Amino acid sequence: MQFFLNITLGGIATGMIVAAVALGLVLIFRATNIVNFAQGAMAMMTTYIAYAVLHQGSGYWLAFVAALATGLLFGALTQVVLIRPLQGKSPLNAIIVTFGFLIFLEGVAGAIWGSQTRTYPAPFSEAGQKIGNTQIAFSPFDVFVVLAVLALMILMLVLFRGTDLGLRMRAVAFAPETARLLGVRVRPLLTLGWALSAAAGVLAALLVVPTSSLTPNFMDVILIYGFTAAVVGGLDSPVGALVGGLATGLSLAYVGGYLGGSLEPMAALALVIVSLMIRPEGLFARPAPRRV
Amino acid sequence: MPVLEIEDLSVSYGAVHALTDVSFSAAEGEVTAVLGANGAGKTTLLRAITGLVRPRKGTVRYDGEQLEKMSVEKIVRHGVAHVPEGRSVIEEMTVDENLRLGSLFRFSRRQRGPVIEEIYALFPPLAERRRQHANTLSGGERQMLAIGRALVSRPKVLLLDEPSLGLAPIVTARLMAVLRDLTQASNLIVVLVEQNARSSLSIAQKAVVINLGRVVVCEDAAKVAGDSELRHHYLGY
Repeated sequence: MQFFLNITLGGIATGMIVAAVALGLVLIFRATNIVNFAQGAMAMMTTYIAYAVLHQGSGYWLAFVAALATGLLFGALTQVVLIRPLQGKSPLNAIIVTFGFLIFLEGVAGAIWGSQTRTYPAPFSEAGQKIGNTQIAFSPFDVFVVLAVLALMILMLVLFRGTDLGLRMRAVAFAPETARLLGVRVRPLLTLGWALSAAAGVLAALLVVPTSSLTPNFMDVILIYGFTAAVVGGLDSPVGALVGGLATGLSLAYVGGYLGGSLEPMAALALVIVSLMIRPEGLFARPAPRRV
Repeated sequence: MPVLEIEDLSVSYGAVHALTDVSFSAAEGEVTAVLGANGAGKTTLLRAITGLVRPRKGTVRYDGEQLEKMSVEKIVRHGVAHVPEGRSVIEEMTVDENLRLGSLFRFSRRQRGPVIEEIYALFPPLAERRRQHANTLSGGERQMLAIGRALVSRPKVLLLDEPSLGLAPIVTARLMAVLRDLTQASNLIVVLVEQNARSSLSIAQKAVVINLGRVVVCEDAAKVAGDSELRHHYLGY
């Protein structure tokens, strides 16, 4: 029972990080039908910058804020320079560009910082806690992970449901031409979408890097799990990203815990296959338009 | 008196000439019906006015501005509202959110409430469904929402593309009556594109008939409705 509880808690912590990655993917996909393969690599570059800030002698939180701010800027810049020129062409063009950008960024990071492993600290203890006589594998850092991703989700929810800006962004995502006919300026909103998505990716990177350590490709695996979560949840649903992330995290934890860690990636693939067979549009995808 | 003036407008899609030298003007407080068969270029005409397609040559003038040089968003902010074909409501949003979206660029947060209530007063069926997602609406309600969402920004020019398409005759008749009253009450310039010539001529003051991208008739609506030969030749009734 205690073992089950512990791997469940571990799965939730992992799942929240995966959910943040998935949320980043969803933000871009639903606005532009582009899957951003470079999201992990962009977050990796940003994390190296945070690492540099940290080793300037700044504290963890200054580096944290710097990383998020750099992420926003990096996302916006990528959209303006790489993606905007491809607007109006097939989304496939942009998807291939993001894939190329992933390889480019990992190459650049390797050239600058080498491939050696760097450790990145966590802001809170990563050791499990004792509650009474039972050892719980849920550390203060795990609590921080859950709270940080929940805060991100709530911020997004407030943005999309409660503000005029969010209403405009949803309009651009669902019906770009109609949005323009209602006086919405589409271009800056697409840039903003990329900025927010990149920031979500950076948050995920900062939460995963204390356990995975920093290398040019440390985001690759988590990005794949993020894809899994986004596909399971439905590529255009932020709520789906959260649920998909938790489902992915828990599947990984149970398979890793009971069947062995080497089977974990298989668990993610199995989850995708099963969910595509049962509900190909994803659990929380918007209902298919019904013509009356 | 400000008019919408279209002069020598030509639009091509590659080698295909969709519109050739189209000229007419639409006056305030009047409905101008644009009629013609499928593929005559009626939808292209509206899309050229709001900048969704760029003309090869010609001008669109309104209120001292040349619209064909402005961006879509700017044209809309200048008071030109376009309701595209197919009841283009955003299905993932509620009725209220659709209307709010239409009001954003014109009104502050405070002013919006009353302005949206006016639309509900104009189309009472929408008021009962304000919290429902637009994909639960019937065809007629969707058309009301699409038109209401255009009106909520208090436009001076209203471009309507086939509003009666797929609607029951009684719903169409009611919609046309609302449009007629509104045009006179708010001194709107309405350009109404329709295949359903009979119902649009019933509320229009002027009729423009387009055939294969060219204006073949530009007359008083009553005259067109009374000319059985012309009706037979171009409008099929």
